[in-house]
Amino acid sequence: MDKIKRQLTSSSKATRQDRIGKLVAFLCTFLIGLLVVSIFYMVASRGLATFFKDHVSLWDFLSHQNWNPSQVGKDGTPEVGALPMIVGSFSVTVLSAILATPFAVSMALFMTEIAPKRGQKVLQPVIELLVGIPSVVYGFVGLTIVVPVVRALGGGTGFGILSGTLVLFVMVLPTITSMYVDSLRSVPGFYREAALALGATRWQSIYKVILRASVPGLLTAIIFGMARAFGEALAVQMVIGNASLLPHDLISPASTLTSVLTTGIGNTVMGTLPNNALWSLALILLLMSLAFNLLVRVIGSKGRLTK
Amino acid sequence: MKRIIGVILAVGILAVGLVGCGTKKGHAITIVGSTALQPLVERAASNYQLVNSNVAITVQGGGSGTGLSQVQSGAVTIGNSDVFAEDQEGIKAAKLVDHKVAVVGITPIVNKKVTVKNLTAKQLRQIFTGKITNWQQVGGKKQKITVINRSQGSGIRNTFEAIVLAGKTALRSQEQDSNGTVQKIVAATPGAISYTSFSYVNDQVKALNLNGVQPIAANVMTNAWPIWSYEHMYTKGKPDVQTKQFLNYVRSPKNQKTLITDLGYISIHDMKVTRDYHGNLRHK
Repeated sequence: MDKIKRQLTSSSKATRQDRIGKLVAFLCTFLIGLLVVSIFYMVASRGLATFFKDHVSLWDFLSHQNWNPSQVGKDGTPEVGALPMIVGSFSVTVLSAILATPFAVSMALFMTEIAPKRGQKVLQPVIELLVGIPSVVYGFVGLTIVVPVVRALGGGTGFGILSGTLVLFVMVLPTITSMYVDSLRSVPGFYREAALALGATRWQSIYKVILRASVPGLLTAIIFGMARAFGEALAVQMVIGNASLLPHDLISPASTLTSVLTTGIGNTVMGTLPNNALWSLALILLLMSLAFNLLVRVIGSKGRLTK
Repeated sequence: MKRIIGVILAVGILAVGLVGCGTKKGHAITIVGSTALQPLVERAASNYQLVNSNVAITVQGGGSGTGLSQVQSGAVTIGNSDVFAEDQEGIKAAKLVDHKVAVVGITPIVNKKVTVKNLTAKQLRQIFTGKITNWQQVGGKKQKITVINRSQGSGIRNTFEAIVLAGKTALRSQEQDSNGTVQKIVAATPGAISYTSFSYVNDQVKALNLNGVQPIAANVMTNAWPIWSYEHMYTKGKPDVQTKQFLNYVRSPKNQKTLITDLGYISIHDMKVTRDYHGNLRHK
């Protein structure tokens, strides 16, 4: 009797497993959540100290051109104008995305519409390989090949936005391609069938139907590529020249938010203005990647293929 | 499921075991900071541990600023720095004890095709402040000068600017953060000028004379060549016995004669002058 009672009132093995599983899942999620929140707190508290503790005006920070945080400028405020870096970061990001998109679209179409079998066999591994190459390798190749070529063709030192764009082009290409391939594959089969039934050629059905149906997917893919480009530090730092000058052409040395961060962070002391100013740059980076993510969400929810 | 748990446990135990090995018995000395000084300290540490197995020394880079702030906060035993603690913003130098372990000579280098061999201190200053922009102005051929500077806040740039620029602000130009990269870029870029430590001068680039003085160790020792800096190892307050022994080893004449000179530094014992952080010179 007792035995049956115990069996009925105590929890079974399956229930216990269920509880443990739930607990483990909850703990892991909680830990990751905590990590994200603490990273945000860390970057924000340090980054905002530039404005609240050191009393640099936000507008000056975003619009001035002199970056020399350890020195005080003529007007008595520290020289922390981040405009050259912001412009540099956006230039390489946008240019590399513009350059990579046509190639990515062509490759994705080739892999899904034109030659799915060969595409799968040859291009898929190529793209995966490109994703897997560490960024320092891209940077090194950029330094030994891209920079001399740009120098020979354009003059100057060869360091600058153009070299950065070319290196980033190769780095964002696989991201955009593989994401766009997924979105092309999710275009319903009956779209193609209907286009063929109406007598459209392959090119017509690609151009008039499939490309248009997958525009939201393409935009998402491009934004992901841009997020990657925006956050890339090492490879860009090796080829862009790291001059905190407002870029006036594509072949003069420039700098990005990330390149200034990586070169400067080891030379400053926690809690001082030069250090806080670097954290402010990091905050801009964080906010930008947040913006990229939000943009992807908006596009994703607006352009779902349900019509 | 069981197998997965088993694997996780095994990995966990292994990890704990490895951490255990890391903090093996004996005295641990953690050294963080200047990347310029890192190779020297790493080699000295491994040599030292061969004969003193009871000490575990960990050497990391991170930059002079990191080294100074970490040793100030007590997170590490020794902070390596290329600059005087007094010169680093946010550091209370009075709390730190300076151990100078080596001297580094710094020289301007130019692309090999540049015909200029000698610059006066004034010309060098004017090049780095943007007053002179063509090699023709200093007796070379007609060619634009491409200035490649070092990263803001880096030890070598602080030294160079303190001695060469005399309070003037450098023109804004390309910046690179390592001796190796600078050397390669100067070698490849026509009309380029930059500066590196002596050990990075090779046959790909040309070192310039300054006021007719050659950039060689013998001239640094007498301060005839004025662009040089100390490599510092800072401790918070007086070092404990084990740390002191290691520092003494680094500064020992034997180590200074072999390792330090091999790696292209100049021994502190060979210096005939001393310099404080204000730049005041004293003859020994």
